[in-house]
This record gives sequence, structure tokens and C-alpha cells, in this order.
Amino acid sequence: MDWELMWDSVPALLAAVPLTLQLVALALLLGLGMAALAAWARLSGHAVAAGAASAYVFVFRGTPLLVQIFLIYYGLSQFEAVRASLFWPLLREPYWCAILALMLNTGAYQSEIIRGAILSVPQGQVEAARACGMSRLLLFRRIVLPVAVRQALPAYGNEIILMVKASSLASTITLLEITGVARRIISQTYAVFEIFIVAGILYLLINFAAARLIRWAEWRMTPHLRARV
Amino acid sequence: MIELLAFGDGGWGDEMLQGAAMTVAVATSAFLLGLVFGTLGASAKLSRNLILVGVAEAYTTVVRGVPELLVIYLLFFGGSGMVMALASVFGYDEYIEVNAFVVGVVAVGLISGAYSTEVIRGAAQAVPYGQIEAARACGMGRWLILRRILGPLTLRHALPGLGNVWQLTLKDTALISVTALAEIMRQAAVGAGSTKQPFVFYAAAAVLYLLLTTVSTALFDRAEKNAMRGVRRA
Repeated sequence: MDWELMWDSVPALLAAVPLTLQLVALALLLGLGMAALAAWARLSGHAVAAGAASAYVFVFRGTPLLVQIFLIYYGLSQFEAVRASLFWPLLREPYWCAILALMLNTGAYQSEIIRGAILSVPQGQVEAARACGMSRLLLFRRIVLPVAVRQALPAYGNEIILMVKASSLASTITLLEITGVARRIISQTYAVFEIFIVAGILYLLINFAAARLIRWAEWRMTPHLRARV
Repeated sequence: MIELLAFGDGGWGDEMLQGAAMTVAVATSAFLLGLVFGTLGASAKLSRNLILVGVAEAYTTVVRGVPELLVIYLLFFGGSGMVMALASVFGYDEYIEVNAFVVGVVAVGLISGAYSTEVIRGAAQAVPYGQIEAARACGMGRWLILRRILGPLTLRHALPGLGNVWQLTLKDTALISVTALAEIMRQAAVGAGSTKQPFVFYAAAAVLYLLLTTVSTALFDRAEKNAMRGVRRA
């Protein structure tokens, strides 16, 4: 075990943390919008919208993320129409391709979480709110949303951890996030274990922090479940 | 574009299908290896031996908290070094080249095993204690209880979770294309490189994966129904 090399690799790997966090945060946020749209479409009762949303979820959950990343980064540039379009300045950047792929991927998983959470809201609560004369929007804001968010939080925490791990695939399209930098150092020094340990600890710390954050949010949102003092 | 995927010398259809066969072979071997790791891990976690519990806990925490790609790089770049270090203990000092298939199976199997551990542990804990007590009252020994009571009941509870682990494992095999093993993703990359039609090849790869996941979901559903045939519906 080469301790000095391990110690020397820390600054380079730490410098890659912001990119990893950026990829994860942007993908999760944009994916949430995508997921809300897909969940809404599936629960809308509109056959075409529900069918399109189901197809989206089926395709993105049924294929590996690596295929999705390669399809977007290498695949789309094959078409002249894409290269001529106004999206090209974005689609030619590996950064935005990675975000697009991660967003579409997590959107599919998140939409299932949201759908399940909304379906878990007891029908009686919705009926009671309606009997009180609440409008659809007020009912959603005051009754459905708070109950559904509490229900969805633990699954959402898992999804964050999955995304942190998934962001490592951005290294396959030249992005130098933690795994990309780790790979580069390994190919320069052949110190596989040392670098693996440092990079692994960074990922474990990020995931630990994310898990604590979700646990805290859960605790904040469920005061009624806490033991009375 | 479609003629690119034709069978025979002119097209890449047969190469892609061979890739699919390789993916299935790697995924199946890794899943089975993962079941072995999972059973060992779950037994360790449920044992009263603190060291075993600690080792199993560390295994699942690290492997589930670190990106799959990193685990694959560790075994791919460090695998032959590990095997050679082990071999030198037994007095063998020649260079050993580790086969890409074996590295892939071990890497994905390790990942699969960490998830299987949690599934099997949960399933074993879901077996009602009364069943074990009843078996003991009948005079069954430890192994007979394991074989007749604990094993079958655990399997029944574990099947849905193991179905999820299989899907994860199948999709994780795409990552071992970085080791140049000729599975679906690797074949697609080779085809994309030599024809300059990446979209066609990666789309074909996506369709193959979708087929594999859909067929295996149906198979697991049938297995679940079969395992649950003795259970009364509520």
C-alpha cells in the first residue's frame, strides 16, 4: 500500500467532487420535472398521454444507462438534422449529453415513485377535502402533496444514491468527474487499490451525507409520528 | 440503415445476437455467483458472530455505496495483480493473465451479491419463528430444518426481490464492455465504429436489452406464481 500516493491523489479527486455533485443535482432536479409530467400523464386517464408516459418509463427502466448515454452522445450526432438544429451547441457537449441522459433515466424511475406516492393518498382524505369545498388545486396543495411527499421520501433517498453512483458513467464520455479522474490516475500510476480506496471513500461520504439529509427531511415532515415528550 | 443489421457476412445482425448470448451468459453466471455471495452474506449477517456480521456489513455498505463502474475498474485493472499475489503465496511466480469473462463475472457477481444479501436476509427474517419451533418440536435437525422449512420459505419471500436484483445485474453487465468482452455494448461499439452509424447500433442494443428485461420479467412472474401456489389469497 502506497500511502504517499494515496495522500497525493486526494486533492485531484476532491477537485472532481463539484462536477459529480453538479451532474447529480441538475439531473435530479430536471428529472423531477420530467417525472412529474410523466406521472401526471399516467394518472390523467387520457389514453394517448398515459400510453406515451408508460412507453417512456418502460424504455428507460428496461435499458442500461450506458446505452442511453451512448445513444445521446454518439448516436444523435449521426444525423445531419441534429447537427444543423439549434440544440447542437448543447448536444455536442459531453456535459449536457450526460445531464440529458441522467435526467431522462432518473425521470423514469422518479415518475414511478411519484405515481405510487400519489396513489397511496387515502381516498377518504380526498373526499373529505372535497366535502369541505376545496378546489382541485387547493386540494392538491394541502392534502395530496404533503401526504405524497412523506410517502415518497424514503424511495427518493434511494434514487439520490443511485444517481450519485450513476453519475460515474459520465466518465465514459470523457467527463472528468470522480471516476474519470480516478481512472486517469490509475492509468498513470497503476496504483489500482490506493486510488479505488480514496475514490470509494469520497462516494461513500457523498452517499452518507445524502442519506442523512433525507433522514432529516423525513424527521422534519413527520412530527405527528414522533413520540410525545 | 436496417440492412446494416442483416445476418450473414454483409450485416451485423449475427454479431449483435452473439453479443446478446454473451450478455446472457455473463449475467446468468454473475447472478448465480451473486446468489452464493448473497447466501453467505445473509448467513453472516444473521449469525451471532460479531466479526462475521461486521465483514458482511462492510461488504454490503461499500459495494452498494460505490459506483459499479469503480468496482469493475478495480477488478479489471487490479484483478491479475490480486491473483498473482495469491499465487505467489503458493509459490507460483509466473505472470497470470485473467480472462475478461471471469473478471466480468466476478465483478458483477460481487455487486449482485451485495444486493442479494439484503434480499435474502429480509426474506429469511420474514419466516415466522413458529415454523422453526414446530419443526424443532417434530425433532428435525438443523440441516433438515434448513432444507425443508427455512430454505423453501426464504426462497418464496425472496423471489420478488431477486427478480429486481436480476434486472440490475443484467443492466450492470453493460458496464463490463469497458473490459472489451464481446457482449452487446461492445459489439455495438465495434459496429458503430466501423460503419459510422452509432445510432443504429446503440438503438439495436437498447432493443436487445429491452427484450431481455421483458422476457426475464415474465419468467420471474411465472416463477413467483409457482412459488406462491400454496398460499391462500387474501
